[in-house]
Amino acid sequence: MSLLKVQSLNLSFGGVNAIDALSLTIEPGPIHSIIGPNGAGKTTLFNLITGVYVPSDGQILFEDKEIAGKKPWTLAAMGLARTFQNLQIFFNMTAIDNIMVGMHLNSDTRFLPSLLRLKSIIRGDNENREKSAELLKFVGLGDYIGADTDSMPYGALKRLEIARSLATQPKILLLDEPAAGLNPAETGELDGLIQKIAASGVTVVLVEHDMKLVMGVSDHIIVLESGKLLCEGSADEIRHNPDVIAAYLGESGRNL
Amino acid sequence: MNFKTPRTGGMLTLAALITIMPLFLPNSFYYDIVILIGINAIVCVGLNLLIGYTGQISLGHAGFFGIGAYFSGILGIEYAWPAFAAMLAGAVFVGVISFLVARPIMKLKGHYLAMGTLGMGIIISIILTQEGDLTGGPDGMPVNPFTVFGFSVYGEKTWYWIVGAVLLITVWLSLNLVDSPVGRALRSVHGSEVAAETLGVDVPHYKVLIFVASAVIASLAGSIYAHYAGFITPEEAGFIHSIELVTMVVLGGMASTFGAVVGAAILTILPQLLTVFHDYEMLAFGAILIGTMIFMRRGLVPTLASLFQRKLS
Repeated sequence: MSLLKVQSLNLSFGGVNAIDALSLTIEPGPIHSIIGPNGAGKTTLFNLITGVYVPSDGQILFEDKEIAGKKPWTLAAMGLARTFQNLQIFFNMTAIDNIMVGMHLNSDTRFLPSLLRLKSIIRGDNENREKSAELLKFVGLGDYIGADTDSMPYGALKRLEIARSLATQPKILLLDEPAAGLNPAETGELDGLIQKIAASGVTVVLVEHDMKLVMGVSDHIIVLESGKLLCEGSADEIRHNPDVIAAYLGESGRNL
Repeated sequence: MNFKTPRTGGMLTLAALITIMPLFLPNSFYYDIVILIGINAIVCVGLNLLIGYTGQISLGHAGFFGIGAYFSGILGIEYAWPAFAAMLAGAVFVGVISFLVARPIMKLKGHYLAMGTLGMGIIISIILTQEGDLTGGPDGMPVNPFTVFGFSVYGEKTWYWIVGAVLLITVWLSLNLVDSPVGRALRSVHGSEVAAETLGVDVPHYKVLIFVASAVIASLAGSIYAHYAGFITPEEAGFIHSIELVTMVVLGGMASTFGAVVGAAILTILPQLLTVFHDYEMLAFGAILIGTMIFMRRGLVPTLASLFQRKLS
């Protein structure tokens, strides 16, 4: 059984086909990367998979169940998690509270007990607070547990977002350009973190422009161009594929 | 107990203030102001859950306040309902109305939501003004005294303790809610709707939930006001009152329960100090709103709290 399967998916904005008859399969386990030039439809594909956009046509199957058009919170409950290209941190909350929102689906969210702050609410919160602190340590943010998010550096916020999506206990984690804006040292640490997440049993799908990172960590690379699948394969296959080189460098790149 | 948490420390401070306040209230005029502060504060604590914590504006909450007040008035006078039953009926009615309104209206964002809620409030106040047979029209109507178990509640001093107790309970419930998974979900909607959704927060559900909750609180406060004042007019449900409530929340501090109380206190006292300039009251409210947004965007209480913390560390 494949974990995620996209079949002849289409999304058009006005006359533009952002995703054009796209089919691809993500098997459970290793680290997958989706690359492609700007405007290839990588983030759009993430938005479709996580329910932020509704496809014009086609199917998205998660564990063989049709999920196209389902609401994002339903998909989160099924085990899909993601981060964002532009930070979507809750800046009105502390670092640990951000993580605790990620545990929403595993929290007691009944209204009346919350109003009265019953013992069960307090107990659940204490447990989740401990788990959240663990997660912060897992991504290397042990020093920021009580920190206000608006005083945290950019690199730390990127990790905070990863930890927050892990708090939903996902089966598949979609990372949208996690290395964008990071310096080489931070990118190196991110490499290790991604491998740690994959080793913990979460399937990672990476959209990334940092080719060093992509080629280093990916077991399977998918190349998109203009909303279509250009090719897929291992890092070596992709690196030497003339179509990929042409997509990035133009037709004359073929002769390089 | 940890006295450093805002919950315990703030609750104790508020309870102490309410307890010793009567020592400094020489006559019923002062009692009247403090009771009005209390009633406004109750509405603002609820409204702050919607505006401050969830980040959704409402320019129509005075409408719900008005519905609560008129339910108590009409059911009590015309149909001789017991005060408590009329109050509950008003709250249930507002619950249903606000739920029906919230479903479509909470899909709106920013200016559009402001316009939508503004329109809703104006419709309510027009109905209260036009249905003269029931509501007495623009002249208003008298309201029966509040009666429980055959005892009528009379006098500012009794009302002072009732309003004080209700305010304390409202603040306690609000503090509880904010520090719970539901409260974090509400704040996450304010922080980033798309992130909240993908983390499993059913955003429309929480928007509707808190809109209804804050509307019901406003309705209950309206009923209390009606019985206390003994006379109500459509002004209570009007646009100006809605703006006053929002200004209180913004000045006191968005996403601060005690800020809502402080904002209500300042802006209820202010018109009393400005009685000579009565015609310019709205001018003062507008100036305060603009000034807060420019110089103190987080509002009074959060700004002072972080200044104080910086001094300590």
